[in-house]
Amino acid sequence: MPDRYCAWCGHPESEGEHATCRRRLASIDPPRYCPECARRMVVQVTPSGWTARCSRHGESASAPSVG
Amino acid sequence: MTVAAHKAEDIAPGQDVLDAAREQVLERGVGLSEQQVLAVLRLGDDRIQELLALAHDVRMRWCGPEVEVEGIVSVKTGGCPEDCHFCSQSGRFPTPVRAAWLDIPGLVEAARQTAETGATEFCIVAAVRGPDKRLMSQVREGIRAIEDAGIDIQIACSLGMLTQDQVNELVEMGVHRYNHNLETARSHFPEVVTTHSWEERWETLRMVREAGMEVCCGGIVGMGETEEQRAEFAVQLAELGPHEVPMNFLIPQPGTPYEDYEVVDGKDALRIVAAFRLAMPRTMLRFAGGRELTLGDLGAEQGMLGGINAIIVGNYLTNLGRPASRDLEMLDELSMPIKALNDTL
Repeated sequence: MPDRYCAWCGHPESEGEHATCRRRLASIDPPRYCPECARRMVVQVTPSGWTARCSRHGESASAPSVG
Repeated sequence: MTVAAHKAEDIAPGQDVLDAAREQVLERGVGLSEQQVLAVLRLGDDRIQELLALAHDVRMRWCGPEVEVEGIVSVKTGGCPEDCHFCSQSGRFPTPVRAAWLDIPGLVEAARQTAETGATEFCIVAAVRGPDKRLMSQVREGIRAIEDAGIDIQIACSLGMLTQDQVNELVEMGVHRYNHNLETARSHFPEVVTTHSWEERWETLRMVREAGMEVCCGGIVGMGETEEQRAEFAVQLAELGPHEVPMNFLIPQPGTPYEDYEVVDGKDALRIVAAFRLAMPRTMLRFAGGRELTLGDLGAEQGMLGGINAIIVGNYLTNLGRPASRDLEMLDELSMPIKALNDTL
């Protein structure tokens, strides 16, 4: 079992290249896959943030916006 | 449905298209023809600054300095039965987007976040072919809750194709503007969507206009269309005469047929922005999704100085945007005042 999964593509972090994934996550995409288990998450984007819910590992959210 | 041919303004032999545009668009307020838009799209890189300056002059002359700020939110995400090839929310493609509904408190909070930026518009969006009773009920309840919360903002909706009864119902709810994008040129649309037609979209827009709502209609560039089709799209939008045209640049979405498409080149994007302004001198032209990838921070500023006079701030439906504060700072630095709510009523 991999330790962590890529939140953008859902593949193990330890396998393959994730530079594009990181770039997208840092700029225009919220996480779509649970980093713990790679399940697709239910994601809600709002004007100032996002929430992502994994059926197994619960909800995560963006950092509160500043300004 | 009829889409009349746009009035052809010829470019005289030997005449430069920007010289023609100065006289025709800047002085007389007559939008460029398809042939002229195409000539603008084909201008060399060495003419881009001149083009942007003219588009800015046209915007200032016919629209003024104000910028309309808007926020949007998705109340029903994913699981859409349509096959719009650009869209991560289509249920027909193996995208990572899962279906989600935003509850009423979440919708009110999204409206509050938008209003706090100084925005005057809040658009409620759903990924559907058209609204069913449940969605219409959710929108009605949501609008009422936003009003009850004392949030001072105008409500727009984007709920897909409508029936006449649904158009009437939205008017009665107080929805003042309806977004329904034609997405691309009529000749290219069948390559992008096969589950409904361009003409069906046009029909919804016709009903929206006749019912007295403002029409918001734009599209996405970078979906494999040719330069000729970009020019065709610009004049088809001009023919429609919408109050607002949102301009999106394709964000290649994983799992969609367009996932490997190249992002639109920044210089091409600026040419397109300016060309659309010259085709529609009096229309509100809004920066929407994809500018972050296509133009970056510097390009966004150039676009604001090249014909754009409206902007979506904050996040989009399934993608993230720049923080609203950065766009507001940009407008401040450019000395572009945000359109006040009183100016829109």
